[in-house]
Amino acid sequence: MRKHKGLKSAALAIAAFALIASACGSDDATEEVAEEEEVTEETTAPLPGAGTLACMVTDTGGVDDKGFNQISYAGMLQAESELGVTIDLLESASDADYAPNLQSFADKGCNITVTVGFLLGDATKAAAEANAGLSYAIVDYAYDPAIANARGLVFATDQPSFMAGYLSAAMSKTGIVGTYGGINIPPVTIFMEGFRKGVEYYNTQKGATVKLLGWDGKDGTFAGNFDSLDDGKNIAKSQADEGADIIFPVAGPVGLGSAQYALESGGKVRIIGVDVDMSVSNPDAAAVYIASVLKKIDAAVFAAIKDVVEGSGVTDNYVGTLANGGVGVAFTAVPDALKAEVEAIGAGIADGSIKI
Amino acid sequence: MNETLKSLRFTLLAVVAALFVSAFIIVITDIEALGDGNLGKAFGTVGRAYWGLFKGSFGSLRAISNTITGATPLLLAGLAVSAAFKAGLFNIGATGQMLAGAVTGLFVGFAFQLPPIIHVPFALLASAAGGAAFGAIPGVLKARTGAHEVITTIMLNGIASFTVLWLLKTQLFKREGRDDAISKFVEDSAKLPKLFGFMGNRIDLLAHTGFIVGLLATFAFWWLLRKTTLGFEMQATGFNQEAARYAGMRTKSLMVTSMAIAGAFAGLAGGSEVLGLYGYASATVAGDIGFDAIAVALLGRSTPIGTLVSALLFGALQAGGRQMQVDTDVPIDLIIVLRALIVMFIAAPLLVKAMFRMRGEATSFGQTFRGWGG
Repeated sequence: MRKHKGLKSAALAIAAFALIASACGSDDATEEVAEEEEVTEETTAPLPGAGTLACMVTDTGGVDDKGFNQISYAGMLQAESELGVTIDLLESASDADYAPNLQSFADKGCNITVTVGFLLGDATKAAAEANAGLSYAIVDYAYDPAIANARGLVFATDQPSFMAGYLSAAMSKTGIVGTYGGINIPPVTIFMEGFRKGVEYYNTQKGATVKLLGWDGKDGTFAGNFDSLDDGKNIAKSQADEGADIIFPVAGPVGLGSAQYALESGGKVRIIGVDVDMSVSNPDAAAVYIASVLKKIDAAVFAAIKDVVEGSGVTDNYVGTLANGGVGVAFTAVPDALKAEVEAIGAGIADGSIKI
Repeated sequence: MNETLKSLRFTLLAVVAALFVSAFIIVITDIEALGDGNLGKAFGTVGRAYWGLFKGSFGSLRAISNTITGATPLLLAGLAVSAAFKAGLFNIGATGQMLAGAVTGLFVGFAFQLPPIIHVPFALLASAAGGAAFGAIPGVLKARTGAHEVITTIMLNGIASFTVLWLLKTQLFKREGRDDAISKFVEDSAKLPKLFGFMGNRIDLLAHTGFIVGLLATFAFWWLLRKTTLGFEMQATGFNQEAARYAGMRTKSLMVTSMAIAGAFAGLAGGSEVLGLYGYASATVAGDIGFDAIAVALLGRSTPIGTLVSALLFGALQAGGRQMQVDTDVPIDLIIVLRALIVMFIAAPLLVKAMFRMRGEATSFGQTFRGWGG
């Protein structure tokens, strides 16, 4: 009998927990609906996106992962408020959910379905081919050859990382800077490679010998995951022990651990943020950030929805660059003269006069 | 009334009660309608949510296909838990056994080139063997050292998932051009045929013949319990290990055998997901199925037919839940609540009846498994 009691209370606990979760869930949903109604009441002319249905399928991270799912969803919310589109969302609990989730949205008639992450690459392709009348967009994946109704959203993050590398080399007092990644995959190493070339560019321009730890162009330091703050702390510590005073973590939440270490170091070590302006998104450690490399996924998602609303279609892949504003650098604590110098380099990359 | 009917009626009542409570939850969380004092609208949401639930699980061929797809691994993993329950063992290790079966099935699936008629059974057999070998470990540990299977199976789940994570990154399993933990594809000849393959090449019908494997396994489980000495001895050990030993049964080796049989079922669950649904394996291939399977077995009272029915019910809830979320804004998380409530209502009357010593009624709900002391 004891066992039954145990299971029963476990079930109750699950039920209570899920109750809270579902309560929060429908809170959000109703808020969204409320916002939407306000918008339609305030504006006299209907917004261009009224009647357009924009849907999103996340990967297994879920929409509140403080990472790329969340940034992507921010683009959806922007489209809801600025274009007046109706939005919907399905989160995937496992790989097995990708295809049925996409199918559900196709049945619902979503004019555009945005999928998040390269894991959904094959499922999105299959859905796009089966539903020629609907549009698709996928974050961090590019189709080659291009599909007429599916747009890959990719980002030339080596460009702003190059600027950050130059910036770090210029600001380092010890002449040593560091970087590391979450997992050794191309969307991560592209940042590290850009950073390395930026440091190198500074050295050739100024005849300096700033050294980079953690990436040599082929291999480097990786945490092996995207979630252990302890790993971020340890890697930052070991790079600081080797003399690095500016570190560029490309590892999502792992980087927050490095920021924590930097905060404890009392200004000896400082950090370059990644993906979003981390001096804003991580206010507790805002003081340790010099600058952040921006990857504007939300803007790309918004643009894809806008193209569907305006009827111009989503045929070509989108590549976010410095030239089109899809990537960038947010300066937090950079002297004005250096900021102007780095911005000039950015302009040079954008117009092609500086080759990465 | 015969026992099966009685318990079926009882399960049905539990489902209805759970739907009632869930309806209440939908209403009180429908803030917008409640804010306007519009109760009618809130109840309308309940209606639309449950209509979505039905439509998404049985409303079309695709819905039925999704129900079957969800039920297949739950059935096989549920049998793994049920088989152990019958022998008085609490198998929390279906997750680990699934992963073991997934990896061995995957290996046979891509490492050999054979005609489908041989390749498919060979790969499934490998899955069953992988799961059985992994499942036997806690059996041996218990028989030899007395280590409790609840502890060892939980620990072995962790060992299995990290071993698979590592394996998937080795050159042998790793997919070309990918550095994350994702395997190669299995050969087409090793893939389980689609269940509705005769309907033409419809990509939205995901159900595969792993379900047939599940039905055969259900029959095999029934046959084992009813028609074999081994099955009889398993159940005898489950009811009273001391008495079984006194009657001359080798209870220690029965433990190992029972866990191996359980592991074989779970291994098939992992194998049929890899060979039937995904065509590859990732670290999350087992998901929460191993734990959901415990509820499936409990709901099905560890009987073959009961496990089948409750696996179909859980599969239907999963498939319908997605439609419910798309049609209304009721999140799919409600399904977790609903499932927990069903299990709770099944378990609660057992308690109630035991408290009031209503012996005659209570026996039909059957012994499921024994406590920690066993």
